[in-house]
Amino acid sequence: MSDEVRDAGYDDFFDALDAGEGYYVECDNGHGSLPPRSVCPECGAREFTEESLPEAGEIDTFTVTRVAMPDFEADEPYVTAVADFGPIRLTGQVRGVDHDDVETGMVVEPVAEKTETTGDRLLVFRPR
Amino acid sequence: MPDVRVAGVGLTDFGRVPERTGRDLFAEASAGALADAGVDRTDVEGVFYGNFMGELSEHQGHQGPLMAEAAGVDAPAARFEAACCSGGVAVRNAVKDVRNGESDILLVGGAERMTNLGTAGATEALAIAADDLWEVRAGVTFPGAYALMEQAYFDEYGGSREDLAHVAVKNHANALPNEHAQFQKEISVEDVLDAPMVSDPVGMYDACPISDGAAAVVLVSEEYAEDHDVDAPVAISGSGQGGDRLALHDREYLARTPAADAAAEEAYADAGVTSEDVDVAEVHDCFTIAEVLALESLGFYDVGDGIAAAREGDTTQDGDLPVNLSGGLKAKGHPVGATGVSQIAEMTSLLRGDHVNSEHVEDATLGVTHNAGGTVATALVHVLEVVA
Repeated sequence: MSDEVRDAGYDDFFDALDAGEGYYVECDNGHGSLPPRSVCPECGAREFTEESLPEAGEIDTFTVTRVAMPDFEADEPYVTAVADFGPIRLTGQVRGVDHDDVETGMVVEPVAEKTETTGDRLLVFRPR
Repeated sequence: MPDVRVAGVGLTDFGRVPERTGRDLFAEASAGALADAGVDRTDVEGVFYGNFMGELSEHQGHQGPLMAEAAGVDAPAARFEAACCSGGVAVRNAVKDVRNGESDILLVGGAERMTNLGTAGATEALAIAADDLWEVRAGVTFPGAYALMEQAYFDEYGGSREDLAHVAVKNHANALPNEHAQFQKEISVEDVLDAPMVSDPVGMYDACPISDGAAAVVLVSEEYAEDHDVDAPVAISGSGQGGDRLALHDREYLARTPAADAAAEEAYADAGVTSEDVDVAEVHDCFTIAEVLALESLGFYDVGDGIAAAREGDTTQDGDLPVNLSGGLKAKGHPVGATGVSQIAEMTSLLRGDHVNSEHVEDATLGVTHNAGGTVATALVHVLEVVA
């Protein structure tokens, strides 16, 4: 990946998460967002601070994907979930638990990992 | 405000013709629309064209002039892109153009070539409707995104895969006599439930197919229709568009589609009607759960109640409000850029009485179409009425 052009914001988020310093951005009025963000889509605020990403979130919804895109061929089947971390929600893959045991409300932590197929960055949720 | 009339409609068969180019498909649909309208091609003042994945499937950008040329029209042309509602956005902008007096006659259409990409390639291409950084890179496919919404719906409001199977069964039954449909094949609830899973809880028979095809309509001003003696009994009397955050996780609701709520509200107000006035609907059932979300956004059901509609027979051919008499995306097929225009074409025929399924809605005078992009970050609703 080192010879590829970075995606500012996205790769910064992963670098930080990898270093155990996950963050999200918050506007003056307390609305959470994912970087990069220069205008708050909720209220139009233009000032942001980096805030610590909560260590635990709760799965809001999930799916077991059995027909994947080519970039995820070796990963399938895999579980994708939307998890609620309070100020923000994130979409990631659930690892470290049997697919049949994933359920709504499950408490997970966000981790920066890699896909099986391409080795690209992957946001992973692991049960806490 | 000038009335906008649908003067003619044209469709290719939807299905699997991987060797046919987009320009070839659109030429057929537009020729059909111009012939049905009985207008002179040299009168056409502009081409509004919807297409989603042309760069990926055909390595072709700048499709506006290409498609005007294919249609034999020498007029300004532009492509509209809004994922699976690219066609709907083209229709809405054409309606506005006629209403504001800029144009009196427009060719509006859409086309998509998809099956040449294969299943994996088309799955990858469709996924670009989602947020690339924060959804697609986590492995979210298009069926996967709707599966997330379906699971959220079940958790929030209840319902079952069996309820949704009735949506697929209904739409396949509707497509049976439609010669343009990709699947003219009856299926049972058991077929749907027994089919392989794509992205749980979405199974193969909950999903629309990957399709090639094109659709076109000729829109004219009321004045043009009168001056040129064009028989155009159906008007587009209402248009609405709604928007939402692109990524599902950034939305307030995971199992509701507020963009479609807003589009419906605007379209009904524009036409001066309510959901109770609607006789027939064509809605964006890319997945069976999507039809349910559409019915709720269109105001036919309260949130959480739409899932029983097909099972209870409300929306079947002989129900109070037939939905997707064309077969819908599910059975008619979903060449994405064509779909929003195809819905206008099918609804016009249903209301004119010349559709193969018009017999089920003989007294219908008002229909709505609902076309959605991605996980409904964009939604279009149009009201069509018999006015002459």
